[in-house]
Amino acid sequence: MSENLIEVQGLTKKYGEFVAVNGIDFHVRKSESFGFLGPNGAGKSTTMRILAATSRRTSGEVSVLGRDPEIHGPQIRAHLGVVPQEGNLDVQLTVTENLYIYGRYFGLSSKFIRSKIDDLLEFAQLEEKRDTKVDALSGGMKRRLIIARSLVSDPDILILDEPTTGLDPQARHILWDRLFRLKEDGMTLLITTHYMDEAEQLCDRLIVMDKGSIMSEGSPAELIREHSTREVLEVRFGSEQNVRMAPAMEKFCDRIEVLPDRILLYTEDAEAVLEEIVGAGHSPKTSLVRRSSLEDVFLRLTGRSLID
Amino acid sequence: MTLLGTTRKVPKFGARYVLESQIRAMLKFFWLIAAMAILNPLLYLVSFGIGVGSLISQHIGPHGIDGVSYLTFIAPALLASSAIQSSMDETIFSTLEGFKWRKLFFGMNATPQTGNTIAGGVFLAAMVRTVIGVSVYSAILYFFGAMNSPHAYLAIPIAIFAGASFGAIMLAFASHVHNEDLFLTIIGRFLIGPMFLFSGTFYPLKSLPSALQIFGWISPLWHATELGRYATYGHQISVTMVIIHFAFLLVMLVVGLFFGFRQFSRRLAK
Amino acid sequence: MLLSAAVAIAERREGKFGDRYYAGRSRAVLERSFIAFKSSTWFVVLSGFVEPVLYLFSFGYGVGRFIGNIDAGSGKMVSYAAFIAPALLATSAMNGAVYDSTWNVFFKMNQSRLYHGMLATSLGPLDVALGEIAWALMRGLIYAIGFMAVVAPMGLIPSWWGVLAIPAAVLIAFGFASVGMAITSYFTRFQQMGAINIALLPMFLFSGSFYPLTVFPGWIQAIIKALPLSQAIQLIRALTLGVMQVGLLVHVLYFLVMITFGLFITTRRLDALFMR
Ligand SMILES: Nc1ncnc2c1ncn2[C@@H]1O[C@H](COP(=O)(O)OP(=O)(O)OP(=O)(O)O)[C@@H](O)[C@H]1O
Ligand SMILES: [Mg+2]
Repeated sequence: MSENLIEVQGLTKKYGEFVAVNGIDFHVRKSESFGFLGPNGAGKSTTMRILAATSRRTSGEVSVLGRDPEIHGPQIRAHLGVVPQEGNLDVQLTVTENLYIYGRYFGLSSKFIRSKIDDLLEFAQLEEKRDTKVDALSGGMKRRLIIARSLVSDPDILILDEPTTGLDPQARHILWDRLFRLKEDGMTLLITTHYMDEAEQLCDRLIVMDKGSIMSEGSPAELIREHSTREVLEVRFGSEQNVRMAPAMEKFCDRIEVLPDRILLYTEDAEAVLEEIVGAGHSPKTSLVRRSSLEDVFLRLTGRSLID
Repeated sequence: MTLLGTTRKVPKFGARYVLESQIRAMLKFFWLIAAMAILNPLLYLVSFGIGVGSLISQHIGPHGIDGVSYLTFIAPALLASSAIQSSMDETIFSTLEGFKWRKLFFGMNATPQTGNTIAGGVFLAAMVRTVIGVSVYSAILYFFGAMNSPHAYLAIPIAIFAGASFGAIMLAFASHVHNEDLFLTIIGRFLIGPMFLFSGTFYPLKSLPSALQIFGWISPLWHATELGRYATYGHQISVTMVIIHFAFLLVMLVVGLFFGFRQFSRRLAK
Repeated sequence: MLLSAAVAIAERREGKFGDRYYAGRSRAVLERSFIAFKSSTWFVVLSGFVEPVLYLFSFGYGVGRFIGNIDAGSGKMVSYAAFIAPALLATSAMNGAVYDSTWNVFFKMNQSRLYHGMLATSLGPLDVALGEIAWALMRGLIYAIGFMAVVAPMGLIPSWWGVLAIPAAVLIAFGFASVGMAITSYFTRFQQMGAINIALLPMFLFSGSFYPLTVFPGWIQAIIKALPLSQAIQLIRALTLGVMQVGLLVHVLYFLVMITFGLFITTRRLDALFMR
């Protein structure tokens, strides 16, 4: 039984004349973890805000939990936990007070919220900072608090706009683990991210967006199969040399990408290609054999690397 | 030989760069400051000078307080008060902004600027605004016929002097502030408000109960007002009192600048 | 299942009038102000009624000595202090409400993004507007009571009707806060806030606080009387001096219109701003 919690058809959002989202279609199933991937300005946050009933669309059909977010804003938002890209913690309050009052905005009873606060603080690893004013937290701590805050109302759908930006590697892995468990408990997740590893780890299905349009859609494995080869060989000839060497590399593989610092060769067997290159008398300064990743899909689809 | 290159010299009169940046910041508020500089005197003079003045002349005759029209009586006090207000606004808000809100001073301090040049620049910028404000105000007073005596122009430097003294004190206070909400409340509610109202601005200080007159004595506004009244309409005042009034304002200026400059340097070095 | 708590609460107002804008929970927004207040400097908030008291002492007694008794309309002679006391109450109600609904609201709207956070929950824009204004009104109420507690023992409130000046001050503050918030929602830069000061100053000086409007020519009187602060002063002065007439209801109506209009615009603007 796969019920669609979110359905979007022909969604368009314009800011004045500028088209930020250009007629996109997708749907999100219950208990699914759904990702948005795309370079800066692709329209990910805009789409997220429309789904979170905090922004109006210009045209198209959107249904969240069977209702239109423009008409049933408060009722839909009651089901959502939202982690916005830009922080909006209450800087005049402490960590605990932030969690508490956010729950109150949902109308939850004080008793209910208080019973959850310890868990949430543990989730955010902020037990020691519970009575600290939010102003005095580090950037990563604020991020973790916003994530914990989004859970105070036990949402059905969690909307995370770049949740791990600004977190240290350890905190990222802990967060992934927590999100994984929430997913196992049946929560539906919507995630935007610039990190390929994050998307591969967390998302059952994702869409790649660029300039307001969807470039491709599928599971990470499907996307890789569809848009890339099994393996990649990365070679470096030194910064000035890469461009010059590119034409000579083309004949060794299916497809190449020339980046400022390296050349990527797409092939089914990277080891073999490397041997051929060396055998032909070329001597790259360094070389790396790896499996294709979403990074390569992204590069293929948008012509850009993810973090520009 | 020194390791520091010789081309990188420290600017001689560094305060002028700070002054320039402060004035640029002020220009963003140009229309607001200009509108207030003109409207404030106009509205106060019409409302109090003419409105309240008409009630007073109904009651005690046209030469009511101190033998002059009410408008003439309050004019020098309002002039000094506006000088104090604008110089104080400028020093307090620039200092809070520089140390707390936008932390601009710490950025300036990373250049060859020092605590002294920054404090000097802030103070000078406040004085520029004060001088302009006082000039506009005096011109309006002139049109209202409140600057008719031959040496009425002396009220202008007196008001500027009062602005400088109070601005200097506020520079020193504001540079120590960490809780600005509390500071602004105390300053606004318990210092500026009472000073404006109880410094003999709207009636002679003598007509207050003697306990409240003490407040006038410690108020730069009262000292400046007494001098100003002497200048604009020949208010009776002894030589000793003239010296006391000047001495009071001078001490305030020197003490304020000393502690202000010192605290700027200390706080930046922290 | 536990997770339905927030949802069940949100569904309660579903289908009722205005459920897109109002979730019936402005109390939570008020509670937020209260929590922030507890950790702020109490003294700053509570000392708010000092200013009108100082004006009263300085003008009522200082200037009053040179003025004597004054005709407060309909031939009723009162002391100068009793004449200005109600005006100072009205003015401080205005100032407090305007400050809360402009500077404070601007900061929360543009700098701290507080309202963004609130409107990402199941609150609606009217909840936010009402909750914020309610807080301003509670402060206004405390100030009004504080002022009356100082002034009444001095014999400046000759009539028992004067008790009604307290709710009247709250009504006035409500009017100014609603309109103030509506205007602030159009501002994008701090500088524009200065325009509010420029608008308030002439109102403060010419609305008949310090002398009867009869010093002005008739047509100017008519204009001034239509301004909100003058309306407020007329209302409160009539109450403290006990000059009761049916006409006072016109002033009440005036503020009810201000409140409705201000809330209407504020709600629409908050919605438009945060639903961009
Ligand atoms: N409020 C706004 N007004 C005008 N233009 C906007 C507004 N918000 C977003 N845009 C524009 O819409 C486009 C999409 O923005 P959006 O924030 O959705 O991008 P994004 O995919 O989230 O990018 P990023 O990875 O940088 O977060 C951008 O070109 C942006 O400049
Ligand atoms: Mg974004």
